[in-house]
Amino acid sequence: MRVGRPSPALDGGGGRFCYGWHMPHRLLHDDVFRRLCRAREHLCANHAATPRVAELARTAGVSRFHFLRLYRKAFGTTPHQHLMDLRLERARTLLASGNLSVTEVCMEVGFSSLGSFSALFARRVGVSPQRWRRRVWQVAQQPMGMAQLHVPWCFLRHFAPPGN
Amino acid sequence: MIQRVSHGSVWVLDMDRAKAFYTDKLGFELRNDLNVGGFRWLTVGPVGQPDFELILMPVGASPMMDKATAEQLASLVAKGVLGPGVLATADCRRTYEELKARGVEFRSPPEERPYGVEAMMKDDSGNWFSLTERRPFKA
Repeated sequence: MRVGRPSPALDGGGGRFCYGWHMPHRLLHDDVFRRLCRAREHLCANHAATPRVAELARTAGVSRFHFLRLYRKAFGTTPHQHLMDLRLERARTLLASGNLSVTEVCMEVGFSSLGSFSALFARRVGVSPQRWRRRVWQVAQQPMGMAQLHVPWCFLRHFAPPGN
Repeated sequence: MIQRVSHGSVWVLDMDRAKAFYTDKLGFELRNDLNVGGFRWLTVGPVGQPDFELILMPVGASPMMDKATAEQLASLVAKGVLGPGVLATADCRRTYEELKARGVEFRSPPEERPYGVEAMMKDDSGNWFSLTERRPFKA
């Protein structure tokens, strides 16, 4: 059978013509992804300690070099970046809740130097831990302030019961 | 320009049940479960997509919709009219067996398609998803 050119009608008039669907980035093999998830869980569970990459790679059952490459592919970040994100997230929670000093927060989340913690915090969050805490407390004073730190305003406005 | 989708939402009939379904059965991560201003903000996301959150929205009367509308919506969800999207897997048949063993219901089993292998899955409220393993089209 002769195969002709695709009919322009298929294209819906104006869209980019695309067979099947546009191919997204290729997923990892199912087994490999599972093993990486195990390593990721290990990292999450131990983020206050400092899990070694070699140890994580062993959990995933791949070489150290391969592990770094695969981790990035699976989760869009490196194990180190992810570790820092987890620590910063925990630091923000502790700072907002307010019982610990900045130094105590720094130690609690797994940093040994206040200088490197504050510098990293400032670089990633945009302000120093101290200043960030003050701002959060200010926002929390406003009506629905605490809510807006977590939930997009459009959702609150449309779905929260009025009068809150 | 819009660069990415950061949140998507799916209407659910029972938030506790939906939370258990999406985390325990589908294996999604719980991202948020907060009670703020009388509103429960419940979001989950796939492990491989840390920057995407699926909002599990309760169907109920709110400033957005009156009671009658909420009832209509609940009935549409339960009937299986709404299909929020496509879930990507590297191995559709294996994921199908795994999810089925955990009690997930399917509308149709994995079948070959020009773009890969696809099954139709249902969540605990009635929303349907395509569960798809993509393969490049080969003639």
